Amino acid sequence: MTNLVVVGNGMVGYKYLERLVSHPAFDAAQYKITVFGEEMRPAYDRVHLSAYFENKDASALEMAAASWYSQHGIELKLGHLITKVDTAAKVITTHKEEQYTYDKLIFATGSSPFVPKIEGVNKQGIFVYRTIEDLEGMISFAKKLGGRGEAAVIGGGLLGLEAAKAVKDLGLNAHLVEFAPMLMGRQLDAKGGALLREKIEAMGITVHTSKNTARFAGGEVVEAMEFVDGTSLKVDMVVISAGIVARDEIARTAGLEIGPRGGIVVNKYMQSSDEDIYAIGEVANFLGFTYGLVAPGYEMASVAVNHVLNVDASMDAMPDMSTKLKLLGVDVASFGDAVDAAGTFVPIVYENKFSGIYKRINVTPDGKKLMGGILVGDAEDYNMLLQIYKNGMKLPDNPEDLILGSRGGEGGGMGNVDDLPDAAVICSCENVTKGNICCSIKDEGAETVKAIAKCTKATSGCGGCKPMVQNILEAELQKMGRVVKNTICEHFQYSRSELYDVIKIKGITNYDDALDTIGIGHGCEVCKPALASIFASIYMETANEQPSIQDSNDRFLANIQRNGTYSVVPRIPGGEITPDKLIAIGRVAEKYNLYTKITGGQRIDLFGAELNDLPAIWEELILEGFESGHAYGKALRTVKSCVGSTWCRYGMNDSVSFAVKIENRYKGIRAPHKLKGGVSGCIRECAEARGKDFGIIAVEGGLNLYVCGNGGANPKHAILLAGGLDEDTCIKYLDRFLAYYIKTANPLTRTATWLEKMEGGIEHLKDVIINDSLGINAELEAAMEDLISNYSCEWKEAIENDAVRKRFRHFINSEDRDDNIEFVSLREMKMPKAWA
Amino acid sequence: MINDILNQYKPVASEEVIHWEWVGGAEDFPGDAGACVKYKGLQVAVFNFTRIGKWYACQNLCPHKMEMVIARGMIGEAGGIPKVACPMHKQNFSLEDGSCMTTDLPALATFPVKVVDGQVFVGFNI
Ligand code: SRM
Ligand SMILES: Cc1cc2nc3c(=O)[nH]c(=O)nc-3n(C[C@H](O)[C@H](O)[C@H](O)COP(=O)(O)OP(=O)(O)OC[C@H]3O[C@@H](n4cnc5c(N)ncnc54)[C@H](O)[C@@H]3O)c2cc1C
Ligand code: SF4
Ligand code: FES
Repeated sequence: MTNLVVVGNGMVGYKYLERLVSHPAFDAAQYKITVFGEEMRPAYDRVHLSAYFENKDASALEMAAASWYSQHGIELKLGHLITKVDTAAKVITTHKEEQYTYDKLIFATGSSPFVPKIEGVNKQGIFVYRTIEDLEGMISFAKKLGGRGEAAVIGGGLLGLEAAKAVKDLGLNAHLVEFAPMLMGRQLDAKGGALLREKIEAMGITVHTSKNTARFAGGEVVEAMEFVDGTSLKVDMVVISAGIVARDEIARTAGLEIGPRGGIVVNKYMQSSDEDIYAIGEVANFLGFTYGLVAPGYEMASVAVNHVLNVDASMDAMPDMSTKLKLLGVDVASFGDAVDAAGTFVPIVYENKFSGIYKRINVTPDGKKLMGGILVGDAEDYNMLLQIYKNGMKLPDNPEDLILGSRGGEGGGMGNVDDLPDAAVICSCENVTKGNICCSIKDEGAETVKAIAKCTKATSGCGGCKPMVQNILEAELQKMGRVVKNTICEHFQYSRSELYDVIKIKGITNYDDALDTIGIGHGCEVCKPALASIFASIYMETANEQPSIQDSNDRFLANIQRNGTYSVVPRIPGGEITPDKLIAIGRVAEKYNLYTKITGGQRIDLFGAELNDLPAIWEELILEGFESGHAYGKALRTVKSCVGSTWCRYGMNDSVSFAVKIENRYKGIRAPHKLKGGVSGCIRECAEARGKDFGIIAVEGGLNLYVCGNGGANPKHAILLAGGLDEDTCIKYLDRFLAYYIKTANPLTRTATWLEKMEGGIEHLKDVIINDSLGINAELEAAMEDLISNYSCEWKEAIENDAVRKRFRHFINSEDRDDNIEFVSLREMKMPKAWA
Repeated sequence: MINDILNQYKPVASEEVIHWEWVGGAEDFPGDAGACVKYKGLQVAVFNFTRIGKWYACQNLCPHKMEMVIARGMIGEAGGIPKVACPMHKQNFSLEDGSCMTTDLPALATFPVKVVDGQVFVGFNI
């Protein structure tokens, strides 16, 4: 029986236990395991600590619940600080002077924030950023300040940047104070640092570089920072993030060997100078360094687990310190020898000041190997570059293709997952190699990223490797001869466009028949709405005909929102509305106590309607001449307009009239995803038409028709399909374009993504729409004509039919309203009450 | 407070039923979809899975964001297990035992349903 004791229940200490108890060579009967943690909570995910500001949910950060430890026979002693180790007697002592013996001792005590000895550093309002308690302290202090004031973060490294964003999100004016002349000096070069600074400042964070703090001024509470150069900064709160120091204090007094700059010195098996004592994570000093990242810590945990179990494994090289900043809104990454201080390599640099991108890679003078690099503003290629670097993969003939993409010629510049060796570590949090992933696909039948995660844990840490795992999966399936078939779900072995054709040709008119004749099983929330959309496109049926297969929003003809209430959006074509109708909306909103807001789509949204009130609200709106705005459906939303030549001195055409015309033409039409349009009267483009699925811009000599743009998370400008058109031709092209999209796109694919995946791209699309290269234009036009002439407002249908109205009752067996809904007031209106 | 509401919902096995509440005629319930019923302050989602000829009931409260919405979710089946997808964020729950099939959310409490002469009853132990 081995008496194994772990000191420190942080990320790495936990990972050690997890890997120990799940190791094939581990025999629970042979071990008595105890873990001591100073903090009051079981180990939590420090890497995602900042998420706590948003959700204040400590349990979401837990690595495992307290019950996990007991299930595995591990004794978890929280709130126990170990103060002494007697290596001769093999006894440890807690702060309460309790003593415990051990056979094997694992130090996983991590590190603590480095707090410089500056005068006044003990004043209230000065924080560090390491534990949940630190964050709670900051939150309650910021509350005391009334969510206003100046907050400075000392330290412009990875963590400091994260902290600055956090204090800003607390409502304070954020300042980032850095001793060095640039930000992230360890990971970036001067140019990268300067661009990062611009990006950080654009987020509203003030950056002060070359500032050495001499003193914190103020009474009990901090009021200002005074710098060595004589300047000062007024502050109400300070967060110190100036580096970390290993928590090696008890190891030191116990006489273990400590590195010159701290950390318990370990060999390649993670043993300290006492062979029964191991050190892992941030407290360990390996090859002369400590490592402030979680991936090296996890690797150390594995090595130490193996060594305790007498399995051969060791750490043979310095762990990789590549990093990607996970700050929302700023893409920054660096890997390998990023800065190349020695000047041994050849840097290749791409800089685009206009779009704020800086990329640099360092290659060997012979151009054969990638040694490191920096990405600011666009870090999409980080994973692949990291793999090329780590595996010493051969570079393309023109190494600059790696950051520019290949210009002309065959293939892209970026390597291919197929070229990666099996030993390539894809998920560094969980140390999963490409070989492991391929195994899970080939031998264990994993066919989704989720299934791979279940088998291998890849993607379950920081999640950064997800895109790469997806690529490997697709490549492997293809190699296994599996046509990677783009089927919509397990119930239909067809893609959406195949289904569209099959349903049309076989004349299938309802979902159950479709399942019985061309499907398997009993359906799900993926194929039901996909087929509902197909039925709507082929037969122009509204969402009232087959309610049970509609997505839940379409079933209730409204968008479900927080607290289970709904929003109501009447159609306001082109954004044009009469005073009478404005008043009518106001009256309805007032009567039903709805929150009203002008939307980004030039219409009015009424929020907070209870399910059982929806029919009555719509009855009144319809009486006033409104129709459904289909804001809940994958359907035409709005056609935005600018005021155009009727009023605007620059207008080249009457854009409002045209927008109203095409919004009315396509209203009610359902599609694979939502559809938005815009019409601008001139190239000043006030209607943002090029940010839409279809956009029309009036120019000298006619209308330019742009297609396949969108805003949203991944904005794309629409591309010119045809220029100088008259209105009729423009509408004809639009009809064909929309019908072609509706017929061929995958479910939930906006037009931009559809075009991206289209073989031949925009040239092919032009060929189909303008030159009728597929010979289907007559069919497309007829399909569109059919849809347009069969339009009816589905809300009008709903309120006129008692059976449909019944759908909107909250309870079947009671007239009561949902008593669970609570509102609080908000600027003379209301909003859902937040859960405490 | 959140937990107070969640804790009101405890699964009921058929043998524990002490009261069968009549909740309506079978025709009051939409086919292949859900509807909500009320019993002693509890909100219970009742599903008439017409396609497989079965009825199910579970708490209307989604444990993800504590919204009273499960009855409005779409039903279906995955790998043969009948399920409901919450309308809010599409988390899936087994209709058989309430367990979450997409993440590790707590299970929904399920209740027995019986249909006698076209009348629908849900079983409770309170
Ligand atoms: C209300 C509104 C915000 C506002 O207060 O202004 C809004 C609200 C919502 N948007 Fe939006 N979007 C609104 C304009 C926009 C715009 C601006 C525009 O249309 O010009 C965009 C960018 C343009 C675009 O779509 O390309 C926009 C891009 C999105 C996206 C991202 C789409 C994408 O392809 O990336 C989503 C998510 C989605 O649809 O999957 C989204 C989804 C949503 C949802 C449906 C999210 C949800 O499921 O609850 C919100 C529903 C509100 C409701 O219940 O009515 N909303 N949304 C705007 C309603 C416009 C309208 O009158 O119908
Ligand atoms: C805000 C933030 C963001 C971060 N972001 C990233 C990132 O993006 N990527 C990345 O790789 N890393 C990141 N890190 C670093 C990462 O969290 C650490 O590398 C990791 O937590 C180290 O794990 P550890 O177990 O060695 O130390 P810790 O997680 O600190 O655990 C050590 C534990 O031991 C306890 N302890 C110490 N001494 C004693 C004692 N004597 N007796 C009992 N218990 C003791 C401590 O209280 C602590 O709970 C971030 C850290 C922070 C704070
Ligand atoms: S941007 Fe996000 S939060 Fe705002 S309305 Fe659109 S979907 Fe909702
Ligand atoms: S509230 Fe049910 S899935 Fe989010």
